[in-house]
Amino acid sequence: MRLPRALLALTAAAALAACGHRDLSALDPAGPQAGRIAALTWYLVIVGSAVFVVTTGFLLYALWRGGRRVENYSGEAAERHIHRWIYGAVGVTTLILLVTLIYDFTTGRALASFAEPDALTIRVTGHQWWWQVQYIDPVPSNRFETANEIHVPVGRRVRIEVQAADVIHSFWVPNLHGKVDLIPGYTNTTYFRADRAGVYHGRCAEFCGYQHARMDFLVIADPPAQFAAWYRNQLRSAPAPADSVQQAGQQVFLSTRCAMCHTVRGTEAGSRVGPDLTHLASRTTLAAGTLPNIRGSLGGWVLDPQSIKPGAYMPPNPLEPDELHALLSYLESLK
Amino acid sequence: MSSTEARVPAGLLNPAERELMERTWRPRRGLWGWLIATDHKSIATRYIITAFVFFLLGGIEAFMIRLQLARPENHLLDPDQYNQIFTMHGTTMMFLFGVPIQLAVALYLVPLMVGTRNVAFPRLNALGYWTYVIGGLFLYVSFFLNTGPDAGWFAYVPLAGPQFSAGKRVDVWAQMVTFTEIAALTAAVEIIVTVLKQRAPGMSLNRIPIYVWAVLVTSFLVLFAMPSVALASTAMLAMDRLVGTHFFNPAEGGDPLLWQHLFWFFGHPEVYIMFIPATGYVSDIIPVFARRKMVGHTALVLSLVATGFVSFGLWVHHMFTTGLPQLGQSFFTGASLMIAIPSGVQIFCWIATLWAGRPRFDTPLLFVIGFIVLFVCGGITGVMIASVPFDQQAHDTYFIVAHLHYVQMGAFVFPLFAAFYYWFPKLTGRLLSERMGKWNFWLFFIGVNVTFFPQHFLGLMGMTRRVYTYLPETGWGPLNLLSTIGAVMIAVSVVLFIANVVRSLAAGLPAGADPWGAHTLEWDTASPPPPYNFAHIPVVDGLYPLWERSPDAAVVTGMAAGKRQVLVTSVMDAEPESIYEHPGPSIWPLIVALTIGVTFIFGIFTPWAFLVGPALMFAPLVLWFWPRRKEPRERGFAEEPA
Repeated sequence: MRLPRALLALTAAAALAACGHRDLSALDPAGPQAGRIAALTWYLVIVGSAVFVVTTGFLLYALWRGGRRVENYSGEAAERHIHRWIYGAVGVTTLILLVTLIYDFTTGRALASFAEPDALTIRVTGHQWWWQVQYIDPVPSNRFETANEIHVPVGRRVRIEVQAADVIHSFWVPNLHGKVDLIPGYTNTTYFRADRAGVYHGRCAEFCGYQHARMDFLVIADPPAQFAAWYRNQLRSAPAPADSVQQAGQQVFLSTRCAMCHTVRGTEAGSRVGPDLTHLASRTTLAAGTLPNIRGSLGGWVLDPQSIKPGAYMPPNPLEPDELHALLSYLESLK
Repeated sequence: MSSTEARVPAGLLNPAERELMERTWRPRRGLWGWLIATDHKSIATRYIITAFVFFLLGGIEAFMIRLQLARPENHLLDPDQYNQIFTMHGTTMMFLFGVPIQLAVALYLVPLMVGTRNVAFPRLNALGYWTYVIGGLFLYVSFFLNTGPDAGWFAYVPLAGPQFSAGKRVDVWAQMVTFTEIAALTAAVEIIVTVLKQRAPGMSLNRIPIYVWAVLVTSFLVLFAMPSVALASTAMLAMDRLVGTHFFNPAEGGDPLLWQHLFWFFGHPEVYIMFIPATGYVSDIIPVFARRKMVGHTALVLSLVATGFVSFGLWVHHMFTTGLPQLGQSFFTGASLMIAIPSGVQIFCWIATLWAGRPRFDTPLLFVIGFIVLFVCGGITGVMIASVPFDQQAHDTYFIVAHLHYVQMGAFVFPLFAAFYYWFPKLTGRLLSERMGKWNFWLFFIGVNVTFFPQHFLGLMGMTRRVYTYLPETGWGPLNLLSTIGAVMIAVSVVLFIANVVRSLAAGLPAGADPWGAHTLEWDTASPPPPYNFAHIPVVDGLYPLWERSPDAAVVTGMAAGKRQVLVTSVMDAEPESIYEHPGPSIWPLIVALTIGVTFIFGIFTPWAFLVGPALMFAPLVLWFWPRRKEPRERGFAEEPA
């Protein structure tokens, strides 16, 4: 019992150390909300482990002691003696639970009171199996839409309003905060702040059908100046094609199925079925975190999404090699 | 029978009357006899075997899940197969194994433990079993026809609704729930009435064995929890899917959260429906192997009752991320922590009894010790996720998967295996091998820890549940592989258990009436028990009837040997009140179950089934309850020369 536990702890520590590539750890907080929960988690782990060790210790002692008895320990005095121990143990249990309850409540209260009226507001809508992201601003011309990648400024509170377009999803960025469900017919709200610049991975946590496993997103915390630059760029329409190849690519985009589902602001493509592609080339991943956004995977995704993410709502697009080449050049220009 | 035995004391059955009694209760032979059987032992045995087969099927599904997740980007299963398999695993374990096997064991043991001849409503018992089998077969036939449900065992709407789960997959799930509900409700009613009205004289409420208390509490949980899921799945979800109602459709004023409330109002007590009888096994097994009376009997009983009540106040802790008001959630955190207190009381009483007694480390006790260790671990993670903030991180991750398997495997399957090893001699008359039992235990115990302990870390590392694959960059590979290795150990252990059972059935040592020196009434009769359970209903004069009985203990006399009579006693003090004659074997429960099957299976295709079905049911029900003209004695025994 003891030995496997110790081995497991070691393995887990090694695995945790090795997983720097994709940071999804709830115990590596990058902001105050996740930080409070991580502190509570450590309290629960430590107290829980202590309770486990003490209880198992009593059990093993009881088995050892009982195993050596030649005669039962019984009679009225014995029962009274045993009952005193049980009362004591129940008392200690109740006390631990009460302290835990109070710590739970104060943490919950602190998380809820993080709300702030003039936080940066982002509306996230869950779709089977991607994330629609809208930056909300009182000034309509300061609003824009993107997908699967959320940039936030370091040090500023962010208000996330979540909705669902189809089924229930759940928005979770372990480094920043606990999760909140996206439920059709409801709008839920959560607040967090990133105190460290970096790329934080998020996932859909509620089972949402066929490709629930491939519904990831990124939260990228930028220093304020960098964030402002990114924001200004996202507000712009897509850049016009710079050369004849890109021009041909735009024609492919507008004349094939692409434009039936996707928006590229500044062109005639304005459908809102799939993700907004206005600044596709500024994102780091494709297909909700499934692929890196490089030419090879973009080409593969456009030609045959069903072999990469079976069941996704994007159909295969059998293009001629020169059409594909032009389309990819155009998509790569959408910075 | 020799002639010397004819000199029986006045009032006791003489050999001729015993012979008559044998004949009155003896089950009919052959396939027909099997189909019409109403003896609780016969029904419960096949119930247990059926539920165990579903346990194996659910286990095979679990094993496939573990193989798929053993390494990142594995292609053993495609997403569609994976989603069906994890849904089938959860559904099978919860609805076709967990609840049924606990009720099945209770249907076997309760009449023996309270000293009566059969459950209160023997034909209803048969109906419940047949309904359960039809429901289980229906689910698995659909699964093998590629119509297995794929929306998870709690089938959240709108994913499980008509728009996002076209086809009949979710209907199959919803209707399977209906079948198992009917089976569970019939069993609950039988157990409650058997415990309250058919106890042996002298077994007043304060002398009921703890296991019987446990299943009594459980039966009440079934009675109050099942209607909630019946309403949600059988009525509302099925109607949304079949006739276009909009209970869960937000676009038409419905509410997806309503499903979650109704489902978990059943779903959380369901966990305790599996867990409370398990603590009952433990509380009855520990005194036998510690060779000492239980410490704190009253506290244990009160803990069971308290657990039963509080279990209805926990359901929202499955919904802490849905954005419900914080104050409301706080109550459920409080209740979820509170339920740890009665569980703590039980653990302390068990440890104290082992400490104050002289434990004997046979296989049943090993499983009980393993249970305590795993249950403490699962209980502690339960206290952790009762916290709203922590749960917002842990919810829907492998931390939850780890927690729920520690409590299901640890606090339900381990006691169940303890119970198998403990009561197997009573069921079959043969002992299981202790040596294989110990291998079975250690492999199982280590396997469960190797499988599920790493999953706590996976959850905190961000691994969400119900994903058919994951990317290598996540770093989840090594721990998943370890978890799969643990699953192999569990599989080997279960195979060993089956081998042990097969070997023992073929060549096990004879057990005798009471191989363990136990204290409850079921050990007062032969192994396996005769169809009438006890030649004479015993009179109980203590909490530990076999340990506290004087050599000249009284028995009940004067019941007719030629009729299926049971003694009805008062609820509180078990004073004899009347003699009630049980109905005999009958084919009609099976026929009624078949008409129920037809109704519900066709009910997923057309609502007309719910008009035609009851019409089909009418005639068999009339025949079931048709009063017989002749006394069974006259009819059954005049034909055969005695």
